[in-house]
Amino acid sequence: MSEPVTPLAGASFDGLVRVTETGPQGMIVLRCPEDATDAREAATAVTGTKDPALRRAAVSNGTGILWMSPDERLILVPRAKSASTVAEMQAKLAGQHALVADVSDARAIFRLEGDPLMVREVLAKLAPVDMRPDHFEVGEVRRTRLAQVAAAFWLEQEGTADLICFRSVARYVYDLLCTAAVNGSAVKHF
Amino acid sequence: MSTRLSHGGRLTDRSTPVQFTFNGRSFSGYAGDTLASALLAGDQMMMGRSFKYHRPRGVVSSGAEEPNALVNLGQGDTHEPNARATTTEIFQGLKASSQNHWPSLEYDVGAVNAHLSRFLPAGFYYKMFIHPRPLWKHVYEPFIRQSAGLGKAPHPEARDPDTYEHFYAYTDVLVVGGGVAGLQAALEAGRAGAEVLLLEQTAHWGGRTPVDGGEIDGLDPDAWIEKAVGELEAMPNVRIRTRTMGAGIYDHGYVLGYERLTDHAPGQPGPRHRLWRIRAKQVVTATGAIERPLAFAGNDIPGVMLASAVRDYLVNYGVAVGDRTVVVTTNDDGYRTAIALKRAGLDVPAVLDAREYGGGALMDQAKEMGIRVETGRGISKVKGGKRVTGVATCGIAGSGALIDEIACDCVAMSGGWSPVVNLWSHCGGKLFWDEAQACFRPDTDRAPTGADGKPFVTPAGAANGYLYLSETLSDGAVGGRTAATATGHAAGDAAVPETSAPVEAAPRPVWMMPEGAPYEYRAKAWLDYQNDVKVTDVQLAAREGFESVEHTKRYTTLGMATDQGKLSNLNGLATLANALGEEIPQVGTTTFRPPYTPISMGSIAGEARGSVFQPLRRTPMHDWHEAHGVQWEPVGHWRRPYCFPKAGESSEQAVHREITATRDSLGLLDASTLGKILVKGPDAGRFMDMLYTNLMSKLAVGRCRYGLMCSENGFLSDDGVVARLDEDTFLVHTTTGGADRIHAHMEEWLQTEWWDWQVYTANVTEQYAQVGVVGPNARKVLEKLGGMDLSAEAMPFMTWADGTLGGLQARVFRISFSGELSFEVAVPAGQGRALWDTLMEAGAEFNATPYGTEALHVMRAEKGFIMIGDETDGTVIPQDLGLDWAISKKKDDYIGKRAQERSFMDNADRWKLVGLETLDGSVLPDGAYAPTDGKTRNGQRNTQGRVTSSYFSPTLGKGIAMGLVHNGPDRMGEVISFAAADGTTMTEARIVNAVFFDPEGKKQNV
Repeated sequence: MSEPVTPLAGASFDGLVRVTETGPQGMIVLRCPEDATDAREAATAVTGTKDPALRRAAVSNGTGILWMSPDERLILVPRAKSASTVAEMQAKLAGQHALVADVSDARAIFRLEGDPLMVREVLAKLAPVDMRPDHFEVGEVRRTRLAQVAAAFWLEQEGTADLICFRSVARYVYDLLCTAAVNGSAVKHF
Repeated sequence: MSTRLSHGGRLTDRSTPVQFTFNGRSFSGYAGDTLASALLAGDQMMMGRSFKYHRPRGVVSSGAEEPNALVNLGQGDTHEPNARATTTEIFQGLKASSQNHWPSLEYDVGAVNAHLSRFLPAGFYYKMFIHPRPLWKHVYEPFIRQSAGLGKAPHPEARDPDTYEHFYAYTDVLVVGGGVAGLQAALEAGRAGAEVLLLEQTAHWGGRTPVDGGEIDGLDPDAWIEKAVGELEAMPNVRIRTRTMGAGIYDHGYVLGYERLTDHAPGQPGPRHRLWRIRAKQVVTATGAIERPLAFAGNDIPGVMLASAVRDYLVNYGVAVGDRTVVVTTNDDGYRTAIALKRAGLDVPAVLDAREYGGGALMDQAKEMGIRVETGRGISKVKGGKRVTGVATCGIAGSGALIDEIACDCVAMSGGWSPVVNLWSHCGGKLFWDEAQACFRPDTDRAPTGADGKPFVTPAGAANGYLYLSETLSDGAVGGRTAATATGHAAGDAAVPETSAPVEAAPRPVWMMPEGAPYEYRAKAWLDYQNDVKVTDVQLAAREGFESVEHTKRYTTLGMATDQGKLSNLNGLATLANALGEEIPQVGTTTFRPPYTPISMGSIAGEARGSVFQPLRRTPMHDWHEAHGVQWEPVGHWRRPYCFPKAGESSEQAVHREITATRDSLGLLDASTLGKILVKGPDAGRFMDMLYTNLMSKLAVGRCRYGLMCSENGFLSDDGVVARLDEDTFLVHTTTGGADRIHAHMEEWLQTEWWDWQVYTANVTEQYAQVGVVGPNARKVLEKLGGMDLSAEAMPFMTWADGTLGGLQARVFRISFSGELSFEVAVPAGQGRALWDTLMEAGAEFNATPYGTEALHVMRAEKGFIMIGDETDGTVIPQDLGLDWAISKKKDDYIGKRAQERSFMDNADRWKLVGLETLDGSVLPDGAYAPTDGKTRNGQRNTQGRVTSSYFSPTLGKGIAMGLVHNGPDRMGEVISFAAADGTTMTEARIVNAVFFDPEGKKQNV
C-alpha cells in the first residue's frame, strides 16, 4: 500500500506561534446512539482512553477520542492503523446501529505551538470562540468555524492547539493561520 | 488669525515637530496634534467646501462629531476620503487634501450655487428633476454628480497595502468611553471582581474633564486620571484600550469595537485596523456629551466654532483659534471658554448670554476678570466670507434689530450639551426629554434587553444626562456597580471621589437666534453643515406636510451625511417641532444606527483578502491541473477544470479535442468534487426510498442505480448514482454543488421528521479522489494497472467493486455519464494524485486526454442526459424531463410525491424536455425563448419553450440543444423559432428526441 499523503506536505510557518501541518493522522468517524455501550467500548478499546464528556477531547499523542456531538465521535489513531481499526470496529459492531468510517484522507490537521496566550490569540482572530484561559480549557474541543470554513480544535496542553479542517480547504486554513500569526499583529489581550 | 501660542498644549510634545502637507502646501505641527489643530496652528482655518452650495467651511468641533473638516488622506494606494481632521493624528509625511472643491479650495466655481440657494430648497431634486424624464439621465444627473459628493473614491486600480483583522473577545462588563465616568465605572466593576474591557476612541484617557477643570479627590483632573488608569492597569481582571471606538451595540450583548492601530504611525508592522467582535454580558455606555451649535445667520463661516472646541484647541494643543473671540452661549459652560481664553492672554470682546439673567459662578468669575458680559443677547448675523470678521448683536427675543457690531475673528458658540445616546439607542434603548437641561436622555426604565428580558446596557455619566462633574463621576460609579451586580459580582459601596466644580445656572434652550429671525437670517442659519440644510429648509418641509421627523430627515437630508447629524439632530427636530407647533418629545428623534462614526471597509473585511479572500477548495489533482494549463471553472468554492487548452488552442478547440479523444480512445475526468454521502442503518433502505423517487431499497448489494431527489414541493433537486455497499449501507453520489446541501437535507429529515428511524449519515466527499476513466480504451488502461477483474462479465454496467488497482486501494464504479465505456475509480484522497499520474502514464499509448467540465457537458447532452441547474431551475419536476421511468409506482410515498399529484403538476399540459436541432446546423443561443402569438398581461410576448442546454457537438458536427417546450414530446418533428438576445433575430429548430448520439447505448455496453 502507498504511503499516506497529506495535502500540504507538512508545511510550517513561524510567527507569533509556530503553525505546522501535522499528520498523517488516522481519523475515524463513529456515529452511534448516546447509550450505545458496545460502540463506545469499541472506541475506547482501540484508543485506550475514556469516552470524552460533552465537548471534551480525550487525546494524548495523537490517539484518543473527540466529542463531536451527542451521537458522533472522532477517533484518532496512528495513520497506519486507521484501516485495520475501521475493519476491527465494523466487525465488532456488525448488526448494530452504528456507522464507522475512515475519514483520515478527508481532513487536514494542523498544530499551533508557542506562547500559550499567543496560541489563544491566533485562534481568537479567526474563530468566534471565547478563548480566555479560564473559559477555554485544556482538553476542551470546539467545533466552530475558522473565518469562512468549518473547523474543530482543542488544546492538548497550554501552548499546543490541534486543529482539523476539510482537506480541500487545507491551503486556505493554513494561509489563514499564517496570516493571523504574522509577527507584529499580537493583540496582547489575554 | 489662528496661531500656535508660545506655550501650552497638554497633548502636544513641542520637542517633536512633525511635517505634513495640506493641498500640497507644507505645514509643521507637533507630535500629539490632530490634523485640525496643526492646520489651525498654521492659520489654515478653511478646510473644505460644503456639499451643496460649496460654501467655505472651517473646522467646527474638536472630535468625532466634526461635520466640516473632512479631508482626503494619502495618495494612490493609501488614499482614503472623508477622514475627519479632528480625529486624525498627524504623523511625519502625512499628505492631506481638501474635498468637494473645483478648481481649488480658495476659489471654487461651484460656490455660485450659493447665490442660487433660494432656488435649491428642500426637496429640490424631487421637484426639479422629474420632467422631462430623459433630461435626468443625460443632463441633471451628470451635473449633480459633478457638483455634489464629498471625498474622492479610491482609484479602481488602487490596492490597499495595509492589513486588517478581526478579534473575538468576551467579557463580563464592557465600558465604552474612557472619560472620567467610564474610568470610574471600570474601576467599580473591576474592584467588584468582574472581568472588564474598557474602550476609548481617542488616544487619551479622561475625556474632556482636564480641559473643563474642577477637582477630583482633591486632585487636578489629569492627576486623578493618571491614578485611575494606573489602578485599572494593575487589576488582572481589567483590560483597557485606547484608539478603539465602541462602534455599535447589537442583540445579545454583541458589540463592535473599531481599533485604529497604525493610522497615527503608518509603516509600523501589524494590521492597520482591528475589528473587535465582542460579546459582553453587560455594557456601560459612558460616551459623553456633544455640544450643540446655535442657529444664527452665518453660523457656518470659518471661525465660528463650538465653544468647547475653541477651549480644546487652546488647552490641549496650545492653539488660539482667533485673536478676538466673541462667545455666544445659552448656558454656563460657554464662560469656561471665555475664561480660558482670557487667561491665555487672548482678547474676549464680549460674552453674549442668551439668558435674561445670565449665569452662575462662572459668569461672575468672567466678569471679575474684566470680560464684558451681555445678557439676553444673541448674534443676528456673522460678518465675513472665508473668515469671520465680526458679529452683529441683537436681543435674543426680537427679530434681530442691530444693537451693535463687534469686530472679531472667532465666534465660540454653545447651545447646550446633548448626551451621546447613540450606543444606548442602537439596540432599542429609549429616550426621554429633559425639559430643564433641554436634551434627550436615556430612559433607564426602557433599556435594551437581553435574552433574559433584563437590561444589558447601562448609560453612565454625561451620556446619561449627568453633565456636571460631581454627578458625572457618581453616575459613572453607579453604572459600573450596576453592571458588576448584573454579572453576579458584589459591588462595593465605597464613597465616590469628592469633586469640586463651580455651581452652574440653568441653561436656556435657543433653537433659533434671534428667536424671531426674519427669512433672510433663517436662510443663512445652518442646521446641518455637511449636507447644507438650513432652518428655512426644515420649515419649508413642515409647510409642505412633512410631519414625521423621519420623513423630514429624508426630504431635507438633515442628518444624513457622514456625521449622521451628531451636531444637527436636535436643532433640526426642535426647528421642526416649532414649525409644526408641537413639543419636541412629540416630534421625537430619528433612529440612531451603528456604526457611531464610519469604520473602514478594510476592518469589516478583516483578513479576507488575497489568498484568503475566499476559501478555494482544491481536489488532490489541483496542482497537476494548474501545471498543465488548465482553464478553471468555479463550481461553488471548488475550482474544476473547464478544459485544458494546449499552446495556441482556443478553449473551444480544446473542448472539441477533448471530446473527440474521449469518444475515440480515452479521456480522464477529475470527478473528485462529486458529493459522496454514506447512509447507514437498519432503516437506511426505508430512508433511501423516501429521499429518492426510485425504489432504492431493492437495489442489490454490489449494484448502482441512477436516482432523482425532489424537494417536498415536488421539484427536482439533485440527481446521482447510488451504490449499495452492504445490506444496510448505501453510498449516495450527489452533484458537486449538492454535497453539503443534500447532506443537510438528509439530516433535517432525520432529525425533525423521522427522528425515530435508525439511520446515520456521514459526508465522506473529501475522503476520496475520484477519476472518470472514459472511452473505448477505458478497460484496457485499467487492466494495464492490474489488480481487478473489470471484464464485462465480472463487472457489468451499473455495478461497483472494491479492490486494488496498480497497488492503490480502490473502489471502481462502472457507470457512464458520457455514453462511453466508463469507470469511475475512487481512491483515498491522498492517493488521488498517484492514481492520476499512473493513469496518464499507462494511458499514454491510448492518447489519454484529461477533459474538463465543458467536454463533460457536451458529451452528456449528446446522450440526452440532464444536468441539475441546466434542465432544472427549481420549477421543474422529473415528469417534465421524461424521467417517469425513474419514479417508482410501487412506493406509498417519497419526498415530493404528494406535490407531484397536485392538478397542475400531474398534468400533460406542461413544458417538457425535448431535443432541438437547428435547421441550419447552428448552435441555439443558450437560454433562448421560443415566442408564440399574443402577449401576457405585462405586455411581454407569450412563449412556448426555452433552451436549457445548447452546444456544438464535435461528434455530430452540428449544434445540438435540449429545451423545455410546451407539450414538447407530442410535437416531434415540428419546427419552432427561438429568439436571440436582441428579441428579433429568429432561429428555426426542429423538435426531436433528446438523445442525439448512440440511442441504443452500444458504446457503453461493451
